[in-house]
Amino acid sequence: MGRPGLVVMDGNGCGFVGKLMRRALLIAVPYVWLLALFLIPFFIVLKISLSDVELAIPPYTPTLDLSQGWSGITDFFSQLDFENFVWLTEDDLYWKAYLSSVKIALISTVLTLLVGYPIAYGMARAPAEWRPTLMMMVILPFWTSFLIRVYAWMGILSNEGYLNQFLLWLGIISTPLTILNTNTAVYIGIVYTYLPFMILPIYSSLERMDESLIEAAEDLGCSRLKAFWLVTIPLSRPGIIAGCFLVMIPVIGEFVIPSLLGGSSTLMIGKVLWEEFFSNRDWPVASAVAVVLLLILVIPIVLFQRNQQKQTEAEQ
Amino acid sequence: MNRLSWFNAVSLTLGFAFLYIPMVILIIFSFNESKLVTVWAGFSTKWYGELAQNEAFLNAAWVTIRVAVFSSTLATVLGTAAAYVLVRGGRFFGRTLFSGMIYAPLVMPEVITGLSLLLLFIGIGLDRGILTIVLAHTTFSMCFVSVVVSSRLVTFDKSLEEAALDLGCSPAQAFRLVTLPIIAPAVISGWLLAFTLSLDDLVIASFTSGPSATTLPIKIFSAVRLGVSPEINALSTIMIAVVTVGVITASLVTKRAMVRQKQDELAAARTE
Repeated sequence: MGRPGLVVMDGNGCGFVGKLMRRALLIAVPYVWLLALFLIPFFIVLKISLSDVELAIPPYTPTLDLSQGWSGITDFFSQLDFENFVWLTEDDLYWKAYLSSVKIALISTVLTLLVGYPIAYGMARAPAEWRPTLMMMVILPFWTSFLIRVYAWMGILSNEGYLNQFLLWLGIISTPLTILNTNTAVYIGIVYTYLPFMILPIYSSLERMDESLIEAAEDLGCSRLKAFWLVTIPLSRPGIIAGCFLVMIPVIGEFVIPSLLGGSSTLMIGKVLWEEFFSNRDWPVASAVAVVLLLILVIPIVLFQRNQQKQTEAEQ
Repeated sequence: MNRLSWFNAVSLTLGFAFLYIPMVILIIFSFNESKLVTVWAGFSTKWYGELAQNEAFLNAAWVTIRVAVFSSTLATVLGTAAAYVLVRGGRFFGRTLFSGMIYAPLVMPEVITGLSLLLLFIGIGLDRGILTIVLAHTTFSMCFVSVVVSSRLVTFDKSLEEAALDLGCSPAQAFRLVTLPIIAPAVISGWLLAFTLSLDDLVIASFTSGPSATTLPIKIFSAVRLGVSPEINALSTIMIAVVTVGVITASLVTKRAMVRQKQDELAAARTE
């Protein structure tokens, strides 16, 4: 991992030009990689979303033919149109799927926060020598396969599953509840799999908090609940914000959870995009779905990035 | 206030029960004799035996491991470079775009990343297979590596490097003797993170793999769609066991390294 160029930015060592070259190389390699494999692919998606579907390989038209020179390029642009986007507004499947994805993401973010905050709080207030172990216990499921953690709930929530067996045995219910393949199962799956993303940032902001602030607030006449509301919550706000973004943004485009735990009535845009691409083989419409999804996500992603940058700068 | 209040004790117990009970049930029922996963019919390890015979799963596992090793190594190199650039690189043209491209993949829905990479590979005429999965996995996991490494770089005292240079180290020596040992735990956990992300990925791999290269998550997903099966439970148990052993070992190793570093610092402080 020989990458000493940057270390010596203001040291002595080798010549100025060599230093500049090494710095440029160090910046250029990851930069070009991300441009080529992250940014440019989005422009390709945009281009195909403006194309027409065709029974060919690749299944869309037009393709850019540079061998014809300038006329090839003008031809290419004149054939692009917004037909696919118009189609997205005409068929109500799509906008319903967007709306319901956003709704599911918002509700499950709130649920994850409600479940995650007490756990993070308990961890941060636990004896110091327990904390590394508790931390590892939160991280462990996060390292375990996502697919397996979703799969685990299929056995629990099905009609003859463990939860129904348990409730029947307790006598709370007399007929099995239908939970699997409903939105309830989707919420449970999301809260379960995304919980570590919520707990960890909240825990790290709570752990840094100076506990004497709470004591001071209580000495000054705050009740415990009021001190929690006026001191603890505001001080853990960066963690709450980061956690909510980390849950909400990926959940909007979630595919695995709605397709394994959700039912036919569960509309999520990630699943729609997948089916448009793999089942209907309609690449232009799939691309248009992706472009609109991206437009919806741009605002939260930019806010998330600002928040992260502010955090990093505050730490520096 | 070093005692656990009853509220905190209850929330921790319930929270960890919620996190762990589903996996415990999964593991228990992987040793179930019956084909019906929800009915217990006695202890048996026969599903593990059947798994070992299943050629398709073994092949997929081998593909997955190769992809994970290549992509996580590449991602560690690129991600560490990117972290350096972000933390120590100063200002350069397009820095905002660069940091945007580092943070965006962390939250980008996988369906979009997968679709866009697939369209790129088809556009440039690259055949889909192990190579394309490696390229795709490297791209999103390098961002995770970069975040992990840069959080270590931010907290690390730059004057240590400067001191080494003042004392006559060449830049290469300063990096090898001072910087690398200090950021090593972060680089290693970055690699581990990239490795598990790659092992775990279903969506991006589904888009970027061809018929010649099926990864384990793709295989598991197509089996799981048909319902719960004891064979998948056995496979999941093995994967959970591997991850558990890996995470515990890694945390013990880093803990020991941190203790040693503290001792060294104390010793250095005493000799001053």
